[in-house]
Amino acid sequence: MIEAGADIRTEEFLLNMGPQHPATHGVLRLVVRTDGELVLDCECHIGYLHRCFEKCAEGNPYTSVIPYTDRMDYLAAMCNNQSFSLAVEKLAKIEVTDRARWMRMATVELQRIASHLMAVGTYGLDVGAITAFLHCFRERERILDLFEEMSGQRLNYSYIVPGGVLYDWPDDMPKKIENFCDQMEVRIREYNDLLSGNGIFIKRTADIGVLPADVAIAWGCTGPVLRGSGIKRDLRKDRPYEFYDQVEFDVPVGRGLHGTLGDCWDRYWVRVQEMSESIKIIRQSISKYSTSTGKYLTTPANKQLRPPKGEAVYHTTENPRGELGYYVVSDGEPIPYRVKARAPSFCNVAVLPEISRGTMVADLVAILGSLDIVLGEIDR
Amino acid sequence: MSEQSSGMRLQPLGPSGDLSDEELLKHNIFITKADDLINWARRSSVWPMTFGLACCAIEMMATGASRTDIDRFGSGPFRATPRQADLMIVAGTVTHKMAPRVKRLYDQMPEPKYVIAMGACVCRGGPYHKFGYHVVKGVDLIVPVDVYVPGCPPRPEALLEGVFRIQDKIRRERTLYYDGQRRLTRPAPNPRLEGHAGNWANGFDVEGADAPKSAGFIGWLREFLFEGHGDDHGHGHDDGHGH
Repeated sequence: MIEAGADIRTEEFLLNMGPQHPATHGVLRLVVRTDGELVLDCECHIGYLHRCFEKCAEGNPYTSVIPYTDRMDYLAAMCNNQSFSLAVEKLAKIEVTDRARWMRMATVELQRIASHLMAVGTYGLDVGAITAFLHCFRERERILDLFEEMSGQRLNYSYIVPGGVLYDWPDDMPKKIENFCDQMEVRIREYNDLLSGNGIFIKRTADIGVLPADVAIAWGCTGPVLRGSGIKRDLRKDRPYEFYDQVEFDVPVGRGLHGTLGDCWDRYWVRVQEMSESIKIIRQSISKYSTSTGKYLTTPANKQLRPPKGEAVYHTTENPRGELGYYVVSDGEPIPYRVKARAPSFCNVAVLPEISRGTMVADLVAILGSLDIVLGEIDR
Repeated sequence: MSEQSSGMRLQPLGPSGDLSDEELLKHNIFITKADDLINWARRSSVWPMTFGLACCAIEMMATGASRTDIDRFGSGPFRATPRQADLMIVAGTVTHKMAPRVKRLYDQMPEPKYVIAMGACVCRGGPYHKFGYHVVKGVDLIVPVDVYVPGCPPRPEALLEGVFRIQDKIRRERTLYYDGQRRLTRPAPNPRLEGHAGNWANGFDVEGADAPKSAGFIGWLREFLFEGHGDDHGHGHDDGHGH
């Protein structure tokens, strides 16, 4: 019998987690130095999904790069399309009509809801709550139905292109989106009953993986990860693009309701609140869309774009995961000279070793889930 | 208890017995081939491995989620370990860095095992075929693929169809009687492997007549039925548990 507090000889153990692991949200590999159940250190190994985005982008015409941006952050393909299209529009000086901009904003916010639904659902799955996952996917499928009607695809849409959107909406689309918003507001309360206020869920997430604001800034975290630490920074407010300066919405930040500011629960809660804010934006966009005029696409999607030589543009948008930037350089040819993507997940996952030291191995999964990473854009 | 056991009587059944098929059915008995029975059980519980690599994994999750509930067809339990899985759904782009892991995971799965190549990338590189210097141009360079499900990504219904095709394969298989080929529908060696640069690509071998017999229940059943019958089926190298 060992007395409590007795000098027990322990041993460090190197634990390999991934790249095939159900909780790493893809093919992330973690090498964890453990002492019993304690995480002493952890190291992220990435590159298992390096799909040569930049090389592909340098070999294809501007409009043909759009499908590759889909596959970078496949949970928020619309946002990636939008970001790249905005960069190319700035580069090639393409005008976009008001109507197309409102259509873009509605679809992008729908995509944000879909992405957060996935994040919330799989986060529940990570900490052992399976029911919420099935409920979240029910609503996500409804969004995908809308997207399918718009673009003909369920996941990788390539819908937002330089000059507008690829197809016009069917006449009843605003009505359908409104119906979805009505239902979604009810469903969010349901998720709160299932997860947010669930005692077990709070025990698993509150006070776990506390990310102080200064650390978050030092590591370049953006999006809900940064806002969970209490910093009100959202590119839709701070550096408005499209018509985000004409709509009213709040930027939810973590307040440490169930524990320390910046813990896993705060990051989760920011996402749930952002879904409500997105619904607000969608409603305003739809009403503005109904009154606005103009073509949905100004330049034909198959038109060869030749931006002026020597031009370079860096454009950032607020992805569901944070600041997504595209740096596009032109040399006067129809093919981009250089495309560089600044992916939010890449910086967000880098903070994982910092905040997981001293936690339990089971908490490591909770922390990783709260960062909501997508390996497609980390490895690119 | 004693009454019950004394009440049971063994009587000759079937065509050689004195009961016709219809009378057998009245006794809640039907006669079938052992292979049919085993294949029915096997194809009704094809357990896939959680093996999401990229975008297709999201559609694979959608297949398991509320709308297209894959549980209805017995493939619901996504196992996190290859040791408990029958089916590997390679969902997403396989890169050069991931390829040895895919191969190892396939090797760790117990026989009989099946592979679904889900998505264009896994089938033959997909959108990354031309410029993807780090993308394996088809997972069939690494592991033998049974069913290809094209699409970028395939819809959940398409993946379900792929699982049905796997079930069709199992339905045609012969497990019990060993005639030199354990899986009659085993894919032939891939001609694309010839001269391929990667060593890991030539790693798998197609089972022939010298393949070891499978252990476990089916191995035992086969030995039980065929041992001492004078043919070459029963003297395998089974571990022999269950005699």
